[in-house]
Amino acid sequence: MKICYYPGCTLKNHAKNFEDSTICSLNTIGVEVDELERWNCCGTVFSLTTDDLIHHVAPIRNLIRTKEANYDKVMTLCAMCYNTLKRANERIKSDPESLDILNNFMDREKVKYEGDVQVFHLLEFLKDEVGFENLAEKVVKPLKKLKVASYYGCLLVRPQEIGLDDMENPTILDDLMKILGAEPVDFPYKTECCGAYQTVDRPDLIADRTSRILTSAKDQGAEVVVVSCPLCAYNLDQRQKQTVEKYPEFKHIPVLYFSQPLAIALGCPEKSLRFDLNFIDPKPILKEKRLI
Amino acid sequence: MRINLSRKKIRDSFVDKVQELSGQNLLACYQCGKCSAGCPAVDEMDILPNQIIRYAQLGLKEELLASKAIWICASCLTCNARCPKGINIAEVIEALRQILLRNREDHLKVEKLSDKEKEDLPPIALICSMRKYTS
Repeated sequence: MKICYYPGCTLKNHAKNFEDSTICSLNTIGVEVDELERWNCCGTVFSLTTDDLIHHVAPIRNLIRTKEANYDKVMTLCAMCYNTLKRANERIKSDPESLDILNNFMDREKVKYEGDVQVFHLLEFLKDEVGFENLAEKVVKPLKKLKVASYYGCLLVRPQEIGLDDMENPTILDDLMKILGAEPVDFPYKTECCGAYQTVDRPDLIADRTSRILTSAKDQGAEVVVVSCPLCAYNLDQRQKQTVEKYPEFKHIPVLYFSQPLAIALGCPEKSLRFDLNFIDPKPILKEKRLI
Repeated sequence: MRINLSRKKIRDSFVDKVQELSGQNLLACYQCGKCSAGCPAVDEMDILPNQIIRYAQLGLKEELLASKAIWICASCLTCNARCPKGINIAEVIEALRQILLRNREDHLKVEKLSDKEKEDLPPIALICSMRKYTS
């Protein structure tokens, strides 16, 4: 099986560990990943104002690229790309007038967009196309006794129209961790916003959120937290530095992309995990559990 | 805080503009407060989400556009998810930010970020912040 993949900007630098561990995992289960040859930034956020069509050009252009590569589906890993591409797609699919305006704006594109590309997330692919029960059979190193809290954040689940799971109580990541052999840990802050882009001008505010979210996960017994968004990852992992400065009693906890434990369970080599990009070193706990 | 209500303000084009940009019917709100109860950012807000809707209904333009709250909302959409009247509160707040940004009143001063900050921050954070905070 071969799938078309849209990476987005951060997967090529800060979140290279997300990309490398995903590609290795997919290759291991016999899925070929075909990255779009020409792609552009999706804009990171879906425009919420009714008249702001110009910002839908960037995500829609990526769907044109998908068509040019002869695919009718495109996969994302980043939760923000997923949300932006999928919402822009739904927005113009339900509004033919806007679709015409956008096509006219991009009139030098050889392919006309007709709302005929589907956007999906790696988690949906694993659950619906591969099937969690089939994936379970490919596990060579079960994540035994590893207590994992899954943090969903906002953009995988909200709004409900494009969300990949229940928006108040999602479980897809927990279900995945369970079939990989880990012990999922539920916690009340799993869909609470990490502060997102406010990390740029208000790192102090992110420290509050990170402290609240991670302390709650730890209180429920989590040893690691998994995420699917490079911005959540930055805030919950790198910003632990500012968190401990503001809250000296705060205890560090490793934050991983969910694809990293996936890659471990599927037997991918350690170099594909790229732990050098994780700020809080997950190796000690993984070694303790004999997983690396 | 003293607030002056007037028929003039309520009928001001500002109210229409907020409704138009957000695509929301402000009068659908019956002030249950669920949006503010679930908002993860309320502790930093000077005007709470349910109050923002009430202020917007009343055309309190100056108070809304000068508020800290509209910049603290990160569009996490929890309020939208829980509103029993189906109002997208996050869209209303976006409309308020846009009214300022479209007049080139940027909230983020990109030039004030140090080279180190720009290097350390992932592209997703910088792009997102510029999209939400600059014109």
